[in-house]
Amino acid sequence: MASKVVTANRLLDGAVVYMAPEGRWTECLVKAFVGSDEDSGSMMAMAERSVADRLVVTPYPIDVEEGPQGLVPSHIKEVIRATGPTVRLDLGKQAGDVCGEHHVSL
Amino acid sequence: MYRYDEFDHTLVNERVVQFRDQVRRRVAGDLTEDEFKPLRLMNGLYLQLHAYMLRVAIPYGVLSADQMRRLAHVARVYDKGYGHFTTRQNIQYNWPLLEEVPDILDELAQVEMHAIQTSGNCIRNVTADQFAGVAADEIDDPRVYAEIIRQWSTLHPEFSFLPRKFKIAITGAPNDRAAVKVHDIGLRMVRNEAGEPGFEVIVGGGQGRTPMIGHVVRGFLPVPHLLTYLEAVLRVYNLLGRRDNLYKARIKILVHQTGVEEFTCLVEEEFELMARETPQVLPGGELARIRAYFQPPAYRALSPVSDVLATALGRDDGFARWHQTSVAAHKQPGYAIVTISLKPIGGVPGDATADEMGVVADLAERYSFSEIRVSHEQNLVLPDVALDDLPQVWRELEAAGLATPNVGLVTDIIACPGLDYCNLANARSIPIAQEISHRFADLDRQHDIGELKLKISGCINACGHHHVGHIGILGVDKKGVEHYQVTLGGDASETAAVGDIVGPAFSGDAVSDAVETVIGVYLGQRQASERFVDTYRRIGLKPFKEKLYGAR
Repeated sequence: MASKVVTANRLLDGAVVYMAPEGRWTECLVKAFVGSDEDSGSMMAMAERSVADRLVVTPYPIDVEEGPQGLVPSHIKEVIRATGPTVRLDLGKQAGDVCGEHHVSL
Repeated sequence: MYRYDEFDHTLVNERVVQFRDQVRRRVAGDLTEDEFKPLRLMNGLYLQLHAYMLRVAIPYGVLSADQMRRLAHVARVYDKGYGHFTTRQNIQYNWPLLEEVPDILDELAQVEMHAIQTSGNCIRNVTADQFAGVAADEIDDPRVYAEIIRQWSTLHPEFSFLPRKFKIAITGAPNDRAAVKVHDIGLRMVRNEAGEPGFEVIVGGGQGRTPMIGHVVRGFLPVPHLLTYLEAVLRVYNLLGRRDNLYKARIKILVHQTGVEEFTCLVEEEFELMARETPQVLPGGELARIRAYFQPPAYRALSPVSDVLATALGRDDGFARWHQTSVAAHKQPGYAIVTISLKPIGGVPGDATADEMGVVADLAERYSFSEIRVSHEQNLVLPDVALDDLPQVWRELEAAGLATPNVGLVTDIIACPGLDYCNLANARSIPIAQEISHRFADLDRQHDIGELKLKISGCINACGHHHVGHIGILGVDKKGVEHYQVTLGGDASETAAVGDIVGPAFSGDAVSDAVETVIGVYLGQRQASERFVDTYRRIGLKPFKEKLYGAR
């Protein structure tokens, strides 16, 4: 059974974010809260509270898998969202420090 | 070029103020996303994969040097240093911040630009031949009519909530560089037996999920009736177009399901009714007022032959190569039209950095009466360059990395942003374009292959015009893996055709091999100076299919 993470775009800049424990949001996928299929409903309910709080827009659950480098999305579209344009490695999350010590979650 | 009057300034400035307040209310929580989304889309603001995306209108692809500099400024200050010129002659910024978008729109309004009509189910930004007003083969300048259509359609209350988006393209020349036959309405200037200019009206073309070539519903429409006739077409569509199914809502489906003859009757009846009730023609004075904005610049009286050019062509092979592909005939003796390729080998088709935009603006100012055009093939154009200046323009483009001599050749690829940026895409377009570009980088080989329109879309919406590529490539998602369907024989010109699907889709790492195979078949079979598409029409799909799939 696939593991689930809830993703959304941040309201102010549209950046891709993932729901972390306790309903916080992070730009770093590996810091996301990972649930099961059965958890999707409650995860989405929590995400919708952040929509109401104007932190994020259009949340939805995605399938993720544990890879050699940690958590990765199952679908190519979500892999690109999690990293950035594959033709501009200087842009997007892949160009920054979204999972490092300077990371600040919402 | 057209300059805003007081009405235009007021309209655009008011829109900026409105949108600033809408953004403020969204951030403050007074508007939900559901309420805000249609408002942001009316101002060209989309939410894409990584960020917001702002699509700025470049009406009929015409820009001044100052406007180009402002586009560069926006890229530099508000975005990440580049922009993407699209197949609808617009520019897209991929990384704007929501709260800065009103500032961007304000900056654009100062140079008479906006992002209205770049989204939503309205009449979209009108597109035109990028050589409008300067082409040697032109009957009349389509910019005059494109501007009239712009003024008529902007915020038109009756046509702001159509069943679906509506795209109008116009060309003044028999050689169609504006793909008018694959638009909701295509207008092609023609002359009647008396020699008067008018329009051939083509309706129901389009690409996307159901590609169709438009049908001629009026062989000759006198110029004064332009808006009345467009209004008649749009009224029939607005009343009868389907609103129950997103995929069947474009006018092409209505024309197809109604039948061309019946649809034409409905339009003509509406047109007659409108003409009877309130005789509407374009006022001659108004036509003249708009035409005055598009008077030719102060051309010098030059010889049609340039010794400077002839000497440079004989002395420098690099310049000669560039001249061969990038320079087109101008209607004014002693001048030429220069196309600037935005397709460097291995580059991102249509992308330009702020610095490159600045270079083009400077060149336009010094050598082309401060005017620039954007083509639907994602290149830029300097429309009015004196023949004597061509060598120097080339040197400066070369120094800026903007002199790739591949216009019209296999590496002059149209590609949509695809899955690298776009929320709708199923597969990446740009990396495929880059790989093919590298594969065919050798100029001798490109010239040997000759004219070849290769077009790539990352999904069936066909922003990359793959249906009308001589070779079209469509990205599809097969069980979560990117695959690419190849079509052959498409054509966006006056001999428009939708390409034929050659067979099962290829994996991403096999698609450039497939293109190589297709081109190999063409080179083996072509006769005399046949272009790829000519050979395809003569020999059909079978030899290509056999070579591609024969071993399977």
